Amino acid sequence: MIKIFKTILVVIFISTISSFSNAAGESEKPLSPGWSFKGFFGTFDRASLQRGYQVYTEVCSACHSMKYLSYRNLGEPGGPGFSKEQVKIIASQFEVTDGPNSDGDMFTRPARPSDKFVSPYPNDQAATAANGGAYPPDMSVLVKARSGGADYIYSLLVGYEDPPEGITLDDGVYYNKYMAGNKIKMSNPLSDGIVEYSDGTEATIDQMSRDVVTFLSWAAEPHMEARHKTGFRAIIYLIIITILVYFAMKKIWSRVETKV
Amino acid sequence: MSDHEYTPKSKLGKWFNDRLPILTLGNHLTEYPTPKNLNYWWTFGGILTFCLITQIVTGIILGMHYVAHADLAFKSVEHIMRDVNYGWLIRYVHANGASMFFLAVYIHIFRSLYYGSYKSPREVIWIIGMIIYFLMMATAFMGYVLPWGQMSFWGATVITNLFSAIPIFGEAITNWLWGGYSVDNPTLTRFFSLHYLLPFLILGLVVLHIWALHVPGNNNPIGIDIKKPSNDTVPFHPYIVIKDLFALLIFLIIFAFFVFFSPNILGHADNYIEANPMITPAHIVPEWYLLPFYAILRSVPDKLLGVIAMFAAIFVLVILPWLDTSKVRSAIFRPIYKQFYWFLVADVLILGYMGAMPAEGTYLLIARVATAYYFLHFLFILPFLGKREKTLDIPLSITEPVLGGSVNPAMTKNIKDKV
Repeated sequence: MIKIFKTILVVIFISTISSFSNAAGESEKPLSPGWSFKGFFGTFDRASLQRGYQVYTEVCSACHSMKYLSYRNLGEPGGPGFSKEQVKIIASQFEVTDGPNSDGDMFTRPARPSDKFVSPYPNDQAATAANGGAYPPDMSVLVKARSGGADYIYSLLVGYEDPPEGITLDDGVYYNKYMAGNKIKMSNPLSDGIVEYSDGTEATIDQMSRDVVTFLSWAAEPHMEARHKTGFRAIIYLIIITILVYFAMKKIWSRVETKV
Repeated sequence: MSDHEYTPKSKLGKWFNDRLPILTLGNHLTEYPTPKNLNYWWTFGGILTFCLITQIVTGIILGMHYVAHADLAFKSVEHIMRDVNYGWLIRYVHANGASMFFLAVYIHIFRSLYYGSYKSPREVIWIIGMIIYFLMMATAFMGYVLPWGQMSFWGATVITNLFSAIPIFGEAITNWLWGGYSVDNPTLTRFFSLHYLLPFLILGLVVLHIWALHVPGNNNPIGIDIKKPSNDTVPFHPYIVIKDLFALLIFLIIFAFFVFFSPNILGHADNYIEANPMITPAHIVPEWYLLPFYAILRSVPDKLLGVIAMFAAIFVLVILPWLDTSKVRSAIFRPIYKQFYWFLVADVLILGYMGAMPAEGTYLLIARVATAYYFLHFLFILPFLGKREKTLDIPLSITEPVLGGSVNPAMTKNIKDKV
């Protein structure tokens, strides 16, 4: 009786856990193209991160801010791996407002690596107003802020379609089968060849989506590589010490005839 | 407590101990006679102490970098994650530590339920434990508000709104809790202050919890009273210390797996969206460890009664030592209770699952049945069962069954055959 019951419990438990991972709603389950940064030893593909940064600056950053990142992050370990000089050049392409100076005036100057990414709009309201009432979300932690994470954002980017018959869309609303409710206010941002990769990679929608999502995943979790590395070491260390303590325990408990 | 008086060996030790008997306390803690048949379910007390200390240490460090302000809180958390040295590690240990803390406390509570550890003479240990559990929930709830994400904000709104169900004073109490007319900066700052305070209250209660434990001594899997010290006991050090350490290390491996390889799986994605009072998330769900109570709250159609039911669900646990009328402690010797015990475990898991689902249709119906069964278990089954159940023969000492067999299902079957 108890055995049967315990089996039922386990089944309930497993189904509970599996149902949590199911995406709810009418939208389609996101694709999983496979990412190099998943898994125990997952690391980012540097070239993909650099291409992803290019897609972000040339396409996404027209509307989406990334206000928690600094230009210096682009050269830090575990990131896209731009050199110090490259980071300086990248930063200097942007203008930031600084001040007040000794005369009490604000002034603009080229950005330095220590500056945060320059936002496309002065504030959220301006961003909303310029985008037909839909606020383009900040992209710093976007991958962690969507259930489905990298898979979901990738699917969204490749999931633009003409609406099926019977669905009429208002102006400024687009059909995307991975979006909850299938209606999205962002027009399809990518088209083949919209950016030109300097490393010769062909800029297909699929390639650009992979690259930019890799970049966004790094942006959301810039210390992921360090985390995986430390985690692996920590767990190995714990396993070794656990085995040692186990034998110490056996030795100590051998003095009494109770088993541990 | 050991009978013999302890005298330190050194002269200085003796001089000091006469003035502050801290060495006597140390001696008591190491010599403390512990039943030698404790199984691994008994190691969670030590694990929980570790969890509390971890939360306090990581929490104090996070407090050095966190800014409790509605406009800056979310940003300061990102600052911790990106720019503070090992900030990501400290924050992920703290966030997942809360979940691990609750996982351990639930095992600890259900161990107590199985082996009847709450029964005389250990009622006070149990009640202190329940107060700790309640404070843990309050602390965890307020901690979840601090990152000021969407779930933080809306979770705080839903939970604080519960108090508005109180007749006449409801609105005044809610406004008083908020420090205004909605969840806003004053709410955040007071939650931060209290989130820092409560763990130290918990720490004090843990000391009382252990003190109260050391008066009657540990219960044990066969639930009998034992002579201390005797053949049935071992000194706490080194026997229990090394066993607790071994169990703690296993626990840490699981803990580390969450922290390093899926640190966000127990959280909600919406909490990485900064709080926005103008946009309500599609589903507002609390953290997993509060889900059973959330399900009870929602399964009652009336708001006030729902709140009462939720608090009553905790209160029935507090008075449990008097609801369970059986003199036999361990479920090993209570064949019927054992089955109801597993029904309760299933019931609580179902409630937890329903708490995560939308409160409508079949989900709501199942949640209602499960809620009813939860109260039925404590208020009717337990008092009745204690009077009617035919329990199995109980061994006289721990050593006896160890020598003449062992306390395991096979053994109880033998006993059953004799009956």
